[in-house]
Amino acid sequence: MMGVISRDGLLGLVILALTGAVALRFPGFIAPANLAAVFNDTAPLILLAIGQMMVIVTKCIDLSVAATLAFAGMIAALMNGAGVPLALIIPAAIGIGAALGAVNGLLVWKAGIPSIVVTLGTMTIIRGAIFVLTDGKWVNAHEMTAGFKALPRAVLLGLPLMSWAAIALIAAFSVFLARTALGRSFFAVGGNPNAAVYAGISVGRSQFAAFTLCGALAGLTGYLWVARYAVAYVDVASGFELNVVAACVIGGISIAGGAGSVRGVVLGALFMGIIANALPVIGVSPFWQMAISGSAIILAVSFNSRQSRRQGRLILKRAAP
Amino acid sequence: MTPLFSLRGISKSFPGVQALDDVSLDLYPGTVTALVGENGAGKSTLVKVLTGIYQPDAGTITLAGAPLRLTSPSAAARAGVTAIHQETVLFDDLSVAENIWLGHAPRGRFALIDRQAMRAQAAALLHSIGADLDPGTPLRDLGIASKHLVAIARALSIEARVVIMDEPTAALSTKEIEELYLLIEKLKAEGKAILFISHKFDEIFRIADRYTVLRDGRLAGEGAMDSVTEAELVQMMVGRPLDRIFPARSRNIGDEIFKVQGLCHPTEFHDISFSLKTGEILGFYGLVGAGRSEVMQALFGITRPSAGTLHLEGRRISIRSPAEATRAGIVYVPEDRGLQGAVKALPIFQNITLPSLRRTSRAGFLRLAREFALARDAVRRLDLRAASLDQNLGLLSGGNQQKVVIAKWLATRPKVIILDEPTKGIDIGSKALVHEFMAELAAEGLAVIMVSSEIPEVLGMADRVIVLREGRIAAEVSGPQMTPETLVRAAAGIAEAA
Repeated sequence: MMGVISRDGLLGLVILALTGAVALRFPGFIAPANLAAVFNDTAPLILLAIGQMMVIVTKCIDLSVAATLAFAGMIAALMNGAGVPLALIIPAAIGIGAALGAVNGLLVWKAGIPSIVVTLGTMTIIRGAIFVLTDGKWVNAHEMTAGFKALPRAVLLGLPLMSWAAIALIAAFSVFLARTALGRSFFAVGGNPNAAVYAGISVGRSQFAAFTLCGALAGLTGYLWVARYAVAYVDVASGFELNVVAACVIGGISIAGGAGSVRGVVLGALFMGIIANALPVIGVSPFWQMAISGSAIILAVSFNSRQSRRQGRLILKRAAP
Repeated sequence: MTPLFSLRGISKSFPGVQALDDVSLDLYPGTVTALVGENGAGKSTLVKVLTGIYQPDAGTITLAGAPLRLTSPSAAARAGVTAIHQETVLFDDLSVAENIWLGHAPRGRFALIDRQAMRAQAAALLHSIGADLDPGTPLRDLGIASKHLVAIARALSIEARVVIMDEPTAALSTKEIEELYLLIEKLKAEGKAILFISHKFDEIFRIADRYTVLRDGRLAGEGAMDSVTEAELVQMMVGRPLDRIFPARSRNIGDEIFKVQGLCHPTEFHDISFSLKTGEILGFYGLVGAGRSEVMQALFGITRPSAGTLHLEGRRISIRSPAEATRAGIVYVPEDRGLQGAVKALPIFQNITLPSLRRTSRAGFLRLAREFALARDAVRRLDLRAASLDQNLGLLSGGNQQKVVIAKWLATRPKVIILDEPTKGIDIGSKALVHEFMAELAAEGLAVIMVSSEIPEVLGMADRVIVLREGRIAAEVSGPQMTPETLVRAAAGIAEAA
């Protein structure tokens, strides 16, 4: 008997199996409170990966997300130090992120520079700018107001606001990508740029929009991150852009563009989040964690390319036991 | 004289198409043989058989009397057959010498490439064809004519006995063409057998000694050049009854809807003016490279013309992007529907609504019900068989993908539809469907522009034909003037027979 299971379904099963295996040794791992904590830990990765996914779907990549996060987070911390109210800080962080994303997008759109080069450049420039801005000084917990630090941790209906932000944006971007003309254009541009041009869709403008949205999400995550960990410095989230790309790839986003879903990305991010949280529990060194994430990426990509050979359909036929 | 290279009874078919049917060809040493025929007559298939890219289904090949099997391009190269293509197939980032010797470079000690010998031999080869190029120059720095010379030197470096030139003069200036002629004379003097493919009659009569005409994959004539006239060659190329049946059309031609005046482009076309009426099918005929698609792309806003005006329904319009063209009511179904039309990773209905997202959304939000309704209407008209509109386009057969691409443009409710080579690469059954469909569109009052390289299709479908040659209108014919001879003559620039 042959069964058919979607790629996302398979990844979901893997995550469940993984969670179950850890729970066999440490039943506490699947206590609701712990699972909620794992989700909350993964929330920044989910937010960034949703942004990155839109960029990748349009056939680009954004390596500057983590730097944008650090920059927006630092500005948020500095504004807080200067007594600016929180109601202004959050929109400012989002706006700064969007502006940095827009710069990436403009360079890709108007100057025609490959996105990997553009964002490799802006990634370095943004980190440098944080250093120039602060002389390399840290903004520590005691320099932040209580309200600034408390917001992401504030609990509503059993979950911290950090988690609620992720849930709300997962929902919002699922609708955006499936049900708006702009979201649809991302897939058209990545799936066949030539056809998109003939259909009257501007490839550059769509890519610009994806970068701007990605930057805005990174900006918001910047505030949440700095407030939650109560510290801001040059190297916040250093190297995290690679985790973000990894979550996308594991979640089935085609690096060639044009294919992927928010659901897949969320599963990819959760997979990485569970690995990161479970391995210390069962006493496996964090270095194994890197090896496992790395292997998962390679597996996911070989899985994707095997499927694209089968006419690009994201369906796995497998023999049921 | 005995032929050096002989093909006997070569046949080759592809699904739905008999590309070559019992074709024979003889190439003699020291002789230029012209291969002529309409687009789609089988010339390139024959070249691919000669160069080992395709294996014939039937027939024999002999070289100097010995039977030969060309199982791969490298087998053809070993047998001494080489082709110089219209667009040179060379490597821009390698030097001239490296391009010439790539794959068979002279070896020195330890089987390493002997760079000095490579350069010296390249220089000698280039000198022998009168090309004064430095073998160390990167190919990128050379002009198109010099690149051709490098390609020829490369052909000679494998000690070719048979040289195939596929429209070698297409990209050359008059002076460069003269130099190429000299070179061809030189190759003849060295006893090479040359197959020269060209659409230009003046150069065929200038350079060729013999001719072979293909028509619909069959041999339509061969002989010595000095025993044939232009008129006879044209007759051989097109002289067939119009055996394919085209749909009877109820001609319902109304008022002028679209008018183009003095459309120019810096490099591709010049002073294009024509008008189009509702219910009319206007054919655009011409050789490949005559600028037909370029004109259409300008009308659709893909490229910007440098001068000219457009009027749609009496109003002056300006079109700066495909989105503006679509909104104005002009749509373009491109020639390469796979590359320029289909987004294979998206479902069928999303492909169809892609140019109509403005109509299927409100405040930026898509209305799924409206999208499905639009897609259902469009595919019903095209008799598309698909399990579901949710299916990814990539899962459909090639013919059905084409239907979806056409459906997508009809869904925008255009006033003027431009179909670029609407039946290229599809089988005969589907062709008839496309023709019927085109007739229906015209009957419904749509103004249709059909770009086609197939004379029967142009004559069978169009009410009026504009022939382009080298980016200019060479002729505009209608009614009884629409004959194969007029079209071919105008396209090739042959003066009217006395």
